Amino acid sequence: MSGSQDDGRQRAARGVRRTVAACAGMVLAMGGLALASAPLYDMFCKATGFNGTPLVGAAPTAATGEALAPVTVRFDTNVSKNLSWRFRPEQSSVEAVPGQTATVFFKVTNVGKEPAKGIAVFNVQPDLMGSYFVKVQCFCFDEHLLQPGESAEFPLVFYVDPAMRKDPDIGTLSEMTLSYTYFPSKNGAPVAEIAKPARTSNF
Amino acid sequence: MATAAAHAGHDAHDDHKPSFFARWFLSTNHKDIGTLYLVFAFMAGTIGAFLSFGIRMEMEEPGLQYFSNPATYNVFVTGHGLIMVFFMVMPALIGGFGNWFVPLMIGAPDMAFPRMNNISFWLTVSGFACLVCSLFVEGSPGAQGAGTGWTVYPPLSSSAGHPGPAVDFAIFSLHLAGAGSILGAINFITTILNMRAPGMTLHKMPLFAWAELVTAFLLLLSLPVLAGAITMLLTDRNFGTTFFAPEGGGDPVLYQHLFWFFGHPEVYVMILPAFGIVSHIIATFSRKPVFGYLAMAYAMVAIGVVGFVVWAHHMYTVGLSLQTQSYFVFATMVIAVPTGVKIFSWIATMWGGSIRFTAAMHWAVGFIFLFTVGGVTGVVLANSAVDKYLHDTYYVVAHFHYVLSLGAVFIIFAGIYYWFPKMTGHIIPEWAGKLHFWLAFVGANILFFPMHFLGLAGMPRRYADYPEAFAGWHKVATLGGHVFALGMVVFVIGIALAFRSKARAADNPWGEGATTLEWTLSSPPPFHQFETLPKIVDEPAH
Repeated sequence: MSGSQDDGRQRAARGVRRTVAACAGMVLAMGGLALASAPLYDMFCKATGFNGTPLVGAAPTAATGEALAPVTVRFDTNVSKNLSWRFRPEQSSVEAVPGQTATVFFKVTNVGKEPAKGIAVFNVQPDLMGSYFVKVQCFCFDEHLLQPGESAEFPLVFYVDPAMRKDPDIGTLSEMTLSYTYFPSKNGAPVAEIAKPARTSNF
Repeated sequence: MATAAAHAGHDAHDDHKPSFFARWFLSTNHKDIGTLYLVFAFMAGTIGAFLSFGIRMEMEEPGLQYFSNPATYNVFVTGHGLIMVFFMVMPALIGGFGNWFVPLMIGAPDMAFPRMNNISFWLTVSGFACLVCSLFVEGSPGAQGAGTGWTVYPPLSSSAGHPGPAVDFAIFSLHLAGAGSILGAINFITTILNMRAPGMTLHKMPLFAWAELVTAFLLLLSLPVLAGAITMLLTDRNFGTTFFAPEGGGDPVLYQHLFWFFGHPEVYVMILPAFGIVSHIIATFSRKPVFGYLAMAYAMVAIGVVGFVVWAHHMYTVGLSLQTQSYFVFATMVIAVPTGVKIFSWIATMWGGSIRFTAAMHWAVGFIFLFTVGGVTGVVLANSAVDKYLHDTYYVVAHFHYVLSLGAVFIIFAGIYYWFPKMTGHIIPEWAGKLHFWLAFVGANILFFPMHFLGLAGMPRRYADYPEAFAGWHKVATLGGHVFALGMVVFVIGIALAFRSKARAADNPWGEGATTLEWTLSSPPPFHQFETLPKIVDEPAH
C-alpha cells in the first residue's frame, strides 16, 4: 500500500518537473525570439524589401522586350540636426524605366567648423516599392568623413525591377520617392541624438 | 511532493493558521494569496478609477479645466490603462479568483508551488510600486510621469519623446509584473496538469479551470515577447542601441509588431477567466449543466490559438500591404466564431432553465449583453478599410471598454457576488448587489455608448481638449461616470454590511445548480482542504 503510494508520488513529482521544464522552455524560446527579432526583422526586410527597405543587387541582366511605362523617382534629402552638412541631389527627380539602370549624383558639403563623419539611412515610399527598388551602388552603404568646407559628390546607381508592373497593388504606380537622412556616425553606425532634460512641472 | 509532505504534519488540526505577519506577508496558502490579490486589485483599481475620473472631469467640457499641461493628461490616460490591465483585471481574475478556486475546483490541496505563488504576488506589488514611482518623476520635457499610452510606442517613449526616467520606471514596472505573471502561469499550468483529483480528467474539469489553463498558456507565450520588446526599448533609451530608432537602422514599427504580438493575446488573458466564471454563474442560477461543455472548453482554446495570429489588426495604419491586411481582417473575423459559440451556449444554458435572478446572475446576464455589443463593434473595427477611419478614435475606446470595463470588470463583480459567501462565510445583501448592478449597468452604458458617436464623428483618443462640436456627448459620458461611481459606493456598503451582519453562509448557499467542488467544502473553506483527495465519479461536467 505505502509502496504504491510512494510510486504514485514519484510519478507525480516527475510529471511536475516535466511540466515546469516545458513551461520554462516556452518562456525562454519566446523571450529569445523576441530579443532576436530586431536582427531577424532586419534580415527579413533586406531580403524581401518589406516596409520600404530597398534591395541591394547587381545590375539587371536580361533586357525586357516590351517598353514599360517609366516611374518618376523623386529624391528627398535630409540631414540630422546634429550634423552641419548640406545635402542635395543633382536633380530632384528622374524618369526610371523599369529594367534599366539610372545614375544620380548627390552633393554633400560640410558647412560646419568641425570635421564630421556621417552615414545616410534610406527608405522608399510607397513602402511596397521596397521589393522592386534595387540599388546597385550607393553612397549610403559607407560612412564618409568631411573636413570643414569640404564637398563631395556621391553616385547612386539603381534600377526598378520590371516585375513591379505585374504587382496587383502598385502595378500602375507612376511616381515614388527615395528618401535619405544623414546622421552623425560613430564607428560606422549612426547615433541617436541625445535629448536634453528639461524642467518639470505637473499642473 | 514536498508540499504534501510538509503539510502531512498538520493533518490533525487542519484549521491551524499562522500568526498575522506570517499568514499575510509570508503566505503560501492559495486562498490567502488569492485574498491578497483581490485586496490588491481593489486598491490598485481604486487608484486606476481615480485617474479615469481625472480624465472624465477634464473631458466634461472643451478647453483645459484641470490640467494646465496636456502631457499630464496623457500621464493619467497611461496610468489608468496600465493599472487597470496589469494591476486590477489580471490580479483579480487570475491571481485572485484563479488562486482561490482553481485548486478547489480541481480537488487539489494547494497550488503546485506555494512559495513561488507568494513571489508572484509580491512581484506584482513591486511592479505597481514602480508604476506609481513613474508618476512622480520627469517624463516628457516639462511634465512628470509617462504619457506614452499603455502601448509605450517609440519614438514617443524613446529618449526623444520622454527624456526623463518615468518611462524607465514604467518599463521596470512591466518587467516585474510580467515576471510575476509568468511565474503564476507556470504555477497554474503545473497545478492543473498534475494535481487534479483522481477521476477528474481534463474533459471533466470545470470551465473556470479550463479558462485559467488557456490563460496561463497565453501569458507564458506572450509575456516574454513584451519583456523582450520593452528591454530593447530600455537599451535604446539608456545604452545607445537603435532597435527602434530609424537613424540607427532600426524600425519603430518592429516595436508595434512585438507589442501587439503580446498585446492581442493579453486582451484574451483579461477576458478568458471571465468567460470561465460566467459559465459557472449561468449554469448555477439556471440549475442546468452548461450547454455544450466541450464546445465551450475548446472555444476558449480556439480563441487562445487564433488570438496569436491577428495582432496586426491593431496597426492597419502602419502601411501593411493589401494582402497582409486581407489576411488580418479575415483571421480577426474568425475569432467571432468561437466567441459566438460561447455566447450561444450561455443563452442555451439559460434556455428552459429555472432561472434565479440573484445579484451574481444579474451581472452575468448583463455581461453577455454588453460583451456582445463590444464584440459587434470589434467586428466593425476588424475591417481594415473601416479601421483606417476609426483608428485611435473614441470608437475604439468605446469598443474596448465594452469588452473590458463592461466585460471583464462586470465579471469580477459577478465573481465577488457569486463566491463571496464561499470565500468569507459572510453574505452580501442581495439588494446591494442588484442596486450596484443597475447603477453600474446604466452608468457604464451612459458613459461608454456615446463614445461610439464621438468616435464616428472623429474625436481622437488621448487628447485633453476638443472642439465645441463634441461637447454634448462628452458631457453625457461624464454623467454616466458619476452614476457608475455611485454604484461603487453601493458595492463598498454591501461588503461592509456583509461583514457587520451575523448571518453566516451555508456550505452551498446557491443550492442545486452549484455543482463544482468548492461548494462541497465549508464556507469559508478550511485553511487546508482535500487532505484526502476527493474522487470524481461521473461528476456532471460544467
